[in-house]
Amino acid sequence: MSLFWITAILLIGVLVPILTERFGRSLNTLLTMLAPAIAFAYVISLVPEVLSGQTHLEYLEWIPAAGLTLSMRLDGLSLMFALLILGIGLLIILYARYYLSEKEAVGRFYSYLILFMTAMLSIVLSNNVLQMWMAWEVTSISSFLLISFWSAKSESRKGARMALTVTGAGGLALLAGLLLIGDIVGSYELSVILASGDLIREHVLYPVVLILVLIGAFTKSAQFPFHFWLPHAMAAPTPVSAYLHSATMVKAGIFLLARMYPVLSGTEMWFLIVSMTGLITLVLGAYVALFKHDLKGLLAYSTVSHLGLITLLLGMDTKLAAVAALFHIMNHAVFKASLFMAAGIIDHESGSRDMRKLNGLWQFMPHTATLAMVAAASMAGVPLFNGFLSKEMFLAETLHQGALGFLSWMIPVLATLAGIFAVAYSMRFIHDVFFNGQPIDLPKTPHEPPRYMKIPIEILVALCLLVGIFPALMIGDFLQAAASAVLMSELPYYSLSIWHGFNLPLLMSVIAIGGGLVVYAYRGHLYRFQAQFKEKDEKLIFEGVMQNLVGYATAIHEKISNGSLQRYVAALLIFTIIIVAVPLINLETTAFHLPNQPVTGVEITAGVILCLSALATVIYHRKRMVALITLSVVGLIVSIAFARFSAPDLALTQLAVEVVTVILLMLALFFLPQKTPSESSPSRVVRDVGIAAAIGGLVATINYAFITQPLDSISDFFIANSKTGGGGTNAVNVILVDFRGLDTLGEILVLGIAALGIFKLLARVRLSMPTANEKGIPFATDRHPPILVMISQSLLPLALLVSFYIFLRGHNMPGGGFIAGLITSVAIIQQYIAHGVDWLQPRIKVSYQSLIAWGVLIAALTGVGSWFFDRPFMTTWFDYFDIPGIGEIELASALIFDLGVYLTVVGATLLILANLGKLTSVHRPTPEE
Amino acid sequence: METLYVICVGVVTFCGVFLCLRGRTFSVVVGLTLLSYAVNLFLFSSGRLHLDGAAILGMSEKYADPLPQALVLTAIVIGFAMIAFVVILSMRARADLGNDFVDGREPPDDEKLLKPRRGRL
Repeated sequence: MSLFWITAILLIGVLVPILTERFGRSLNTLLTMLAPAIAFAYVISLVPEVLSGQTHLEYLEWIPAAGLTLSMRLDGLSLMFALLILGIGLLIILYARYYLSEKEAVGRFYSYLILFMTAMLSIVLSNNVLQMWMAWEVTSISSFLLISFWSAKSESRKGARMALTVTGAGGLALLAGLLLIGDIVGSYELSVILASGDLIREHVLYPVVLILVLIGAFTKSAQFPFHFWLPHAMAAPTPVSAYLHSATMVKAGIFLLARMYPVLSGTEMWFLIVSMTGLITLVLGAYVALFKHDLKGLLAYSTVSHLGLITLLLGMDTKLAAVAALFHIMNHAVFKASLFMAAGIIDHESGSRDMRKLNGLWQFMPHTATLAMVAAASMAGVPLFNGFLSKEMFLAETLHQGALGFLSWMIPVLATLAGIFAVAYSMRFIHDVFFNGQPIDLPKTPHEPPRYMKIPIEILVALCLLVGIFPALMIGDFLQAAASAVLMSELPYYSLSIWHGFNLPLLMSVIAIGGGLVVYAYRGHLYRFQAQFKEKDEKLIFEGVMQNLVGYATAIHEKISNGSLQRYVAALLIFTIIIVAVPLINLETTAFHLPNQPVTGVEITAGVILCLSALATVIYHRKRMVALITLSVVGLIVSIAFARFSAPDLALTQLAVEVVTVILLMLALFFLPQKTPSESSPSRVVRDVGIAAAIGGLVATINYAFITQPLDSISDFFIANSKTGGGGTNAVNVILVDFRGLDTLGEILVLGIAALGIFKLLARVRLSMPTANEKGIPFATDRHPPILVMISQSLLPLALLVSFYIFLRGHNMPGGGFIAGLITSVAIIQQYIAHGVDWLQPRIKVSYQSLIAWGVLIAALTGVGSWFFDRPFMTTWFDYFDIPGIGEIELASALIFDLGVYLTVVGATLLILANLGKLTSVHRPTPEE
Repeated sequence: METLYVICVGVVTFCGVFLCLRGRTFSVVVGLTLLSYAVNLFLFSSGRLHLDGAAILGMSEKYADPLPQALVLTAIVIGFAMIAFVVILSMRARADLGNDFVDGREPPDDEKLLKPRRGRL
């Protein structure tokens, strides 16, 4: 077995309760207890090893390449916590079987509980701080699920939300702290971190690390000023409260303090922050607890107070204090769990938790009362119970403090004061509930609970007594192992005996008990005084703060993200300008540049026309038809430029695309407004001109920067191998269908997808048909002028022939599938324009969608074909054949691939334009009607 | 020659970007078309400017770089598909939303002039 199995078994155990719920509650409970019981037994089996002083470490490679290793650790501290978590967890499961009513979803409850238990165990067993943090967050989430178990109640939901927000936020701070530690130490392994205490303490970031980690610990352990969530978490079912607030959840923060004790403690800052926080929490919790009328409220504040006590101990400047802290962690877990369970029984059997109604229950439930009395006595710190021993050690330690300098006397005095309140509220828990007259209109007549509901309490109370009477025998070894793990050095001398003689701590205990009794006796005066304060509801304050925060966040978000595309694009462009301009500033201007090639008048003229028509497009962009015409001039010059600069394929493509684009835009314009109203404010125009000019300038600069550099291209390979490897002399086409054939396949696929997308977009479009242009002049009724019909019809065979020729010669001369496809498309579109959809539809029986599909399929299959000859995907095959009468011709598999390209281009272009054109024909009303 | 070329690329880019920042769909479509011209020219020029050197074996002494040409060729076709898609999208938006603003709704008042006047962009 390995430590990883503990987590694994428990994770399986999460599902068990849900799967076995239908077998009845008793069996369900037993099976649920199985996984924790196995884990418990396994941990017990490791006890001798750990008690002998060894640290059990295990590693599991997770992502070695990223340096992520899962690791587990079992030392004295982990052992103590693991036993508490599993032991008390088992008792809680048993207890909850009787606590939850028959109609409640017990399976779901148990599964949350086991999940929580798994997370808690993973925290304490983790040897990697990131792993620990993950588990830490899972405890926050699973405790949220547990607290909100009765989600129908508003207070449950609010309490759970508050707990999650506070502990979750603390978790983030903790993560930051742990990351910093990892950064300082260079490892996230706890074994490495624990050995680098000096490195961290002397690091300049130590204060930041400390504060972040402490925020994590204090939020989890409900330390002042984050204590407010804990009492509201009492909306949870009582077994949850008993578990979360005794052995787990809140103890996770304490565990963290203890775990990081060798690394972070020992500085002035640690002592001051930790001990002061603990002291304030101790006194505040004890005082408030006295005034809570709700049984669980009293216990909640008492928990806050005891957590403060432990924190104070960990913040003290002596090793003995740390030992006392560990001792009190155990004692508090045991007596607080039993007290919560007793409170749950009282609530369950009498129907109320209000101590103003609950009186004289002794006559109804003497057994439960006895158990509660023992546990309460332990909480109050009465001799012979376990709480007394650790409290005595605590009081002794308060006397040795010098952290506050001359004011250090305040620590023992305040500790005694907190002791007085602790005795008083413990007294109230017993006297007010079990004695003090008769019950006042309780919903039910109280009686003893089922036999087995008391067993968990009996076990814990027995532990209280045994530890209280035979401390050294019961827990001496465990405490020693835990203390060694926390202190990581020679242990100080301490004695776990009950009697230390007459000394100052004993006197303080006596004062606390006597004072507590007096305070309780005269509590009426205190209550009257306290009643003058206005009761404040933390839930409302918290919800208010949260709503304000959400409000601010929403407002900021709406301010930035206002749904304006223009703004987003502008922001994007401005950002681009910044990141592009900065490196350009640092670029050497003196770098070697090739001299400009000589320029002729034709080129200057073309350039001027290009620039002027582009600018005209901008200037007349509100007159859309004019803009379209100037736009087409730009496209035309671009294609001339391609022709001029030795790219005939590009020139042909650009020319064909230009025609198609202009037809498309004209069709679209038919359905869109003919003019754009002037609506840009002057400042907006100035801003946009600025952005556009900057981008234009940058693009031109970059272009100039590389265009004048000597070329060192990989293209020599293509030119050298075009004929021998690809079988074609047109290197551009060979690149398209052979060298980079896979790219082309992807590209025609994109083309096809775009066309299909357009097909879907147009399928259900509802656009009204304009009958006249913007000036009110009706469109001509003569839709198909005969001359156009005649000419285009006679041109069709010629155009198809040209496209066939271009297609065939593509491999060796300018041309190819793309260009041929575009020429065919233009020819057919011309027929659409001349004859109209109605005339053409019955004559063209090809479905353009299937044309696209066939095209892509043919291209892909050509590529696949080379597999049959044991060649890689898309290897071209070609050979030369001598056909009588025609001469030698070349046949290449690339031609078939190009056919696929051709079909896709034709299909896509016609699908787009024919469907758009169809819109103008179906419902068109004639202007006269 | 190179200087003239980059000036043209810069001007077309300027016009494209400016139109892309307008608030109506058609202007943006025209802007995108101009931008795609500019981008194609820009990419094409990475093979440098060669006169009389088409990359056809046996046609000349010194060949132009065929690789940018092949890439730009597909870019032109894909660019057409993209423009077509955007144009149809804007038609569909007009049909479904009842206006041709790029945001699908009229911009807030402080960003536009209430009374359109002539002679302003």
